[in-house]
Amino acid sequence: MQAIVGSGGLEHIDVECLPAKLHNRPALIAPEVRARLDRLAQQGRTYEQILLGYGDCGSAGAIDDLCAEFERAHAAGDGPSMTRVPGAHCYEFFATAPRFDEMSEAEPATFYLTDYLARHFDLLVWQGLGIADHPELAELYFGNYRRVVLLTQTPDGAQRARIEACARAGADRLGLPLEIVETGYGELETTLTSVAAPGRSPVPSELAAPRRSPVPPELAAPRRSDEHQAAV
Amino acid sequence: MADTATVDSADADEDIDLSALDDDDLIAQMHDDLYDGLGPEIVEGTELLLGRGWGADKVLNEALVEAMRIVGIDFRDGILFVPEVLLAANAMKAGMAVLRPLLAETGAEPIGKIVIGTVKGDIHDIGKNLVGMMLEGAGFEVVDLGINTDVDEFLAALAEHQPDILGMSALLTTTMPYMKVVVDTLIEQGLRDDYLVIVGGAPLNQEFGEAVGADAYCRDAAVAAETATDLIKARRAAAA
Repeated sequence: MQAIVGSGGLEHIDVECLPAKLHNRPALIAPEVRARLDRLAQQGRTYEQILLGYGDCGSAGAIDDLCAEFERAHAAGDGPSMTRVPGAHCYEFFATAPRFDEMSEAEPATFYLTDYLARHFDLLVWQGLGIADHPELAELYFGNYRRVVLLTQTPDGAQRARIEACARAGADRLGLPLEIVETGYGELETTLTSVAAPGRSPVPSELAAPRRSPVPPELAAPRRSDEHQAAV
Repeated sequence: MADTATVDSADADEDIDLSALDDDDLIAQMHDDLYDGLGPEIVEGTELLLGRGWGADKVLNEALVEAMRIVGIDFRDGILFVPEVLLAANAMKAGMAVLRPLLAETGAEPIGKIVIGTVKGDIHDIGKNLVGMMLEGAGFEVVDLGINTDVDEFLAALAEHQPDILGMSALLTTTMPYMKVVVDTLIEQGLRDDYLVIVGGAPLNQEFGEAVGADAYCRDAAVAAETATDLIKARRAAAA
């Protein structure tokens, strides 16, 4: 999300990042989002609209419930509008829903990596799931998986090669073959630009169906100010 | 787990001599050991209790199932997370391996039979396996169909095993709607009333359980075992 915002034209958007490891404890995501927003509000940073860079991400609807709570308050004239990126998984929106559904149907036993997750595989997967301390857990977590798919946001080049090497090392640790699919930023980019564009509505409600996942949880909040107020 | 802790084996500098503990302290220590995922200690404690004349079912219920119930509560309350629960389950599995042949020898009738499986498109089985273990601990005969189970496989297993209960699990919001496919097929074939249906999985809730036409939604493995037991008792009482 920071990369998209940094690519130009979206300078009126603030990006706040929450720890990626929350994905290993998804029940904590919604409370942590709320806590961060509360803290920002206490700092006087108020916004017209907030986009959560999460899918449902295993929160069992808690993220959607939080968005709905904000939407109700917003409709009553109190506080910002808030929505999230559509889809069950935050890695799904890189691939876009139709392509992700196709891949999942072709092989349900797929463990997905993004660039971020590949780079931080050891911290978020190996250590985060307790496998580093208890190697016997690897089979319990990943015994049913048949492949790893890297959904990469990076075009061919030196940086892509480094990310692929990280993904391959992760797949090797899991004893699974690696496939690489270049996706770019997919629905994350289109959603962010749609929400940020002046006069545009946020995420279409029919796309905001709950589903679930792991990756960098980020939270983009267009800042309320005179010059940027019209942006979202 | 403050209610059962007597000695924290994880922090102890020296090994605890389980054989030196009286029964009550040994049970409490086994609760701690299972909580901490210490399989060898659970096996040792199980064998000690059996050696003291405890029945296998008593060891199972008072030492293993009760400890796993506490693990389930602390998982639900956010005190424990998946890795710790898996380690605890592995410890329970080690104790079950000692007890299972002894339980079979008793010839006691199971409280009921249940067919369980993770639904089509879903390969996650950690929760389902925990449910299977807790159901077995509660005295059920468990037929586990594994992962990625389609409606035909569920129906074939129901026909073959004639269980009291069908249990379905899903971890993904994309796969959990398949539970309704199975229930609707049961209805279409006039089989729905032949079986109790329970459902569970991280993204599910009570509302979803009702929407797919299940008899019960179970929020965790311990609740699944309790719910299955209650449903069977209620059905049998109604039939009496």
